[in-house]
Amino acid sequence: MSDVVEKTLSALPSLLSLDSQAGAGKLSPSSKLGNLIKGITELTSKHEEERLIKKELESIKEQVASPNTTMRQMKEIMVRAIYCEMLGYQASFSYIHAIKLAQQGSVLEKRVGYLAVSLFLNETDEFLLLLVNTVLKDLQSTNLIEVCMALTVVSQMFPKDMIPAILPVVEEKLTHPKEIIRRKAVLALYKFYLIAPNQVQHIHSKFRKALCDKDPGVMTASLHIYLQLIKENPESYKDLTGSMVTILRQVVGGKLPLDFNYHSVPAPWLQIQLLRILAYLGKEDQGTSEMMYDVLEESLRRAEMNHNITYAILFECVKTIYTVHPKSQLLEKAAECIGNFVLSPKINLKYLGLKALTYVVQQDANLALPHQMTIIECLDHSDVIIKRETLELLFRITNAQNVTVIVEKMLEFLRLTYNVWFIQTMNSVFSLGGDVMQPDIPNNFLRLLAEGVDNVEDRQLRLFAVDSYVSLLQGETAKLPQRFLQVISWVLGEYSYLREEESDPGSVMRLLARLLDQRHTSTETRSWVLGAMTKLCSSPVYSGSLNTVLRQKAQELMILSQDTKLRARVLPAEDSSLSFLDGYVSEALAAGAAPYKSPHQRQEDLVQEKALSLEPYGLSLPVSLSSCSITDRRSPTLLSMSSGLSGNSTELSHQEGSTTLKLEGVKRVWGKDGYLAQQQSAGETPTPLVELPSPLLSPQSPPSQTQKPSSGLEPDQEKRQLASSLFVGLGSHNSVCLVRFPSTVWLFIKHCQSANQSNVVKALFKPLPLLLPVPLTVSTGDYGKMWLSFSHDLKQNLQLVTTEHQEPLTATLDALKGKLHLHVVDIIGSEGIVACRLLQGPGQGQPCLLHCRVHADSLAVWLRSPVPELPDSLLYHCQKALTET
Amino acid sequence: MVSGSRVKQAGWPPVLASKMRFMLLFSRQGKLRLQKWYTATAERDKKKMVRELMQVVLARKPKMCSFLEWRDLKIVYKRYASLYFCCAVEEQDNELITLEVIHRFVELLDKYFGSVCELDIIFNFEKAYFILDEFLMGGEIQDTSKKSVLKAIEQADLLQEEDESPRSVLEEMGLA
Repeated sequence: MSDVVEKTLSALPSLLSLDSQAGAGKLSPSSKLGNLIKGITELTSKHEEERLIKKELESIKEQVASPNTTMRQMKEIMVRAIYCEMLGYQASFSYIHAIKLAQQGSVLEKRVGYLAVSLFLNETDEFLLLLVNTVLKDLQSTNLIEVCMALTVVSQMFPKDMIPAILPVVEEKLTHPKEIIRRKAVLALYKFYLIAPNQVQHIHSKFRKALCDKDPGVMTASLHIYLQLIKENPESYKDLTGSMVTILRQVVGGKLPLDFNYHSVPAPWLQIQLLRILAYLGKEDQGTSEMMYDVLEESLRRAEMNHNITYAILFECVKTIYTVHPKSQLLEKAAECIGNFVLSPKINLKYLGLKALTYVVQQDANLALPHQMTIIECLDHSDVIIKRETLELLFRITNAQNVTVIVEKMLEFLRLTYNVWFIQTMNSVFSLGGDVMQPDIPNNFLRLLAEGVDNVEDRQLRLFAVDSYVSLLQGETAKLPQRFLQVISWVLGEYSYLREEESDPGSVMRLLARLLDQRHTSTETRSWVLGAMTKLCSSPVYSGSLNTVLRQKAQELMILSQDTKLRARVLPAEDSSLSFLDGYVSEALAAGAAPYKSPHQRQEDLVQEKALSLEPYGLSLPVSLSSCSITDRRSPTLLSMSSGLSGNSTELSHQEGSTTLKLEGVKRVWGKDGYLAQQQSAGETPTPLVELPSPLLSPQSPPSQTQKPSSGLEPDQEKRQLASSLFVGLGSHNSVCLVRFPSTVWLFIKHCQSANQSNVVKALFKPLPLLLPVPLTVSTGDYGKMWLSFSHDLKQNLQLVTTEHQEPLTATLDALKGKLHLHVVDIIGSEGIVACRLLQGPGQGQPCLLHCRVHADSLAVWLRSPVPELPDSLLYHCQKALTET
Repeated sequence: MVSGSRVKQAGWPPVLASKMRFMLLFSRQGKLRLQKWYTATAERDKKKMVRELMQVVLARKPKMCSFLEWRDLKIVYKRYASLYFCCAVEEQDNELITLEVIHRFVELLDKYFGSVCELDIIFNFEKAYFILDEFLMGGEIQDTSKKSVLKAIEQADLLQEEDESPRSVLEEMGLA
């Protein structure tokens, strides 16, 4: 068809003068409406428009009130009033006149009157009561056009209580000789049925007559009623199945008059309506379903033309096939059909394909497998609607194995779309979900905050998080779950500097201190809080502050926090966090005991003591140990301040053998680039001997998680990697097990409105770093030494590989050796130690050690490396390798 | 939460009556050209919804898909030249068929006005409403035949020219 010719408003004045222009013949520029419209287009400001319309409305008001205004003039006035209302200006004084026009006007005037009424009022308006008699009169008119108008307005709006007054007359119309009247009467009754079902109950037999009407239009109209009836009570209408199937077969076979064709497709609206009815009739009813298999198959087959309308029918057909009692042969064809949707280059069809998949994977998760790559592409689509639908689909295939990846995607989506809302929502998730949440969730959340380039948006998000946490901490904290407090501490420690001078810099510190003192704060949380405080006092805001006193204090605190001996000497009593040790410290030190170490460091040492022994571990590690691994080693970015600290403490613990603390051995690990220089100029601290490769707290340095994948990796490969982590567990042996958390996130996603779509949507996911390990041949002794010196670690349980003739441990390690080229250093009893080195990527040449222990049915793996991201990515590959085995 | 039975039972959500909630026509500049509400909505809410929806739809890029989830509704929209046609249907309705409803309406306008443009609709919006009412009744497709919709409209229009004696014209033509 010829698309609408574009004529912008700017062309309006010239068009108005050209009568020969297409369509212009119907314009009425000389009329009052024409003048009004023309006047509006010539205006330049909203203010002018307001003034003009006000004037117009006043003149309308005057005219309608005048007794000399004829109905013919009234009709014209009413059109102008409608126009003003459409522009958003109230013309309520004209409503009563619209009713009057419908009551008193000639047919054409009546038509405008009814139109104005239907636009101005709705069915709850009391004005409508004034119209009941007019409607009744028009329904009984001998003028068919008046009858049609009355039926139209009745189906648009009619006061519910007044239905009995006109019902007999409308009912009568079901037998009217003209099909257009019968059709409109059926639709009016359908409307009555929707708003007041009881009132039309007695005429159900007449509906059957309408269904059998010789005019297909009337029959089609009656299906609206039947769809509703069957939906509410399918059992009572099973006898109609045969008729519905017959009708559909005739329609599909092209037996209807050509008038009903739409783009050469026979009565598509009718087909869709019938397919919907069949879905209700066949649902959970094998016998009824069997009656319709043939016609469904025929519908699928016939709808082959490549036009939107056939896809609409196909979509409905697939829906019906998956709703009725299943027949495998049909399901196969339907699945194939969904495939065509998903693979279509047309975005609308792709969307529907995803939507269809979302439903069918609930019956068979494997149906998603052939479309993995398309799904991955859609996950990265520039249209947020497609992306959302893809997440919906992923949500349906969530299982224990891919939950982490999928939740991560959902959170990313949330973060990108709704910043402030996201933080607020996560606050309530943490507050409510509290400690029963999987540890994944806070970890992923923090990762999200920490990841990403350091642009304005990310800063805003972080700042908003900081602000909201500060106000939370100012309130009652006793009820907040420990996990949430940990999240809060971490975020405050990392990002409080974003608050700048906006408020008293010490306030965050005080809030954290209060938290530390509170009785209900758990040991684990305390270690998080301490970590945050350590980060805070070393933050450039304080240590690099222009306020010299503040700077000096921060510097002092930092030095003192690292040099316990000095602190014990300088601040024997004032150091509040150590006050409980005061009595013992000096004695103990005099007796040659080790100097005080912060809880942080002590936990660190605890880990190392355990590691040192190289004995089999006890079945469960001390709580503090696990908490330590969360605070320090697994801090979400793997790059937090505290992980730097743990590096220090390792060194400290080495040096402590000599019991004398060498100040110069302490690494300077935090601060912006400028920080060290300032420190030197302050002249208070010795020059650091070792520098860490990157400034850790510096907001300018992006976390290395965001590093580009190495050049050897093709985009395709990344996608495949992602696919394998998303679709893991969808194989034949696995049933879908729904994990609790995604549903929470998903509900939130569902509830968020799409008002924010103008947000530019960035590329969503970042690939995991590529890993190319090579065996690292070391002796058991060397392994032990290296193990101690590495500061980044990670623990996780992996699944064991079971074979017939091998121990599970040996089999698993062999599998890892074969797939990932790891070197198995030694196997002692139920434990094994493995080593590898990274060939390329961010931590090129760096080793990674694995300590594996069989624990119940799984393999407890502890990874250590000097490179923060290495354990994480190696673990990912181990998981993958073992899953594939 | 981990249950196999739930998985088996899940299926297509129930089909709701395919009632259209409302239809809007607005220009690229965000000017409302036509609005038809099929469910009772307060004036204030209408204004708010129109404003919000226009913003959302106008921000969409040409290659993006024609469907939106908005509030608890599904929005199906399509742009024809400078005009956006926008329908709100129930969440579970068939999006593609709604697109065709829009298309058929455009076809009807095109046939009636003869290569329709935005100006035709601005100056003769009441005619556009009449066509819409003849095509959709109470939000349901009433007549899918292009010919019969236009016949009904034109017959009513004929009255206009012979406004003086409407009765006789009617009797003469009937509505067959």
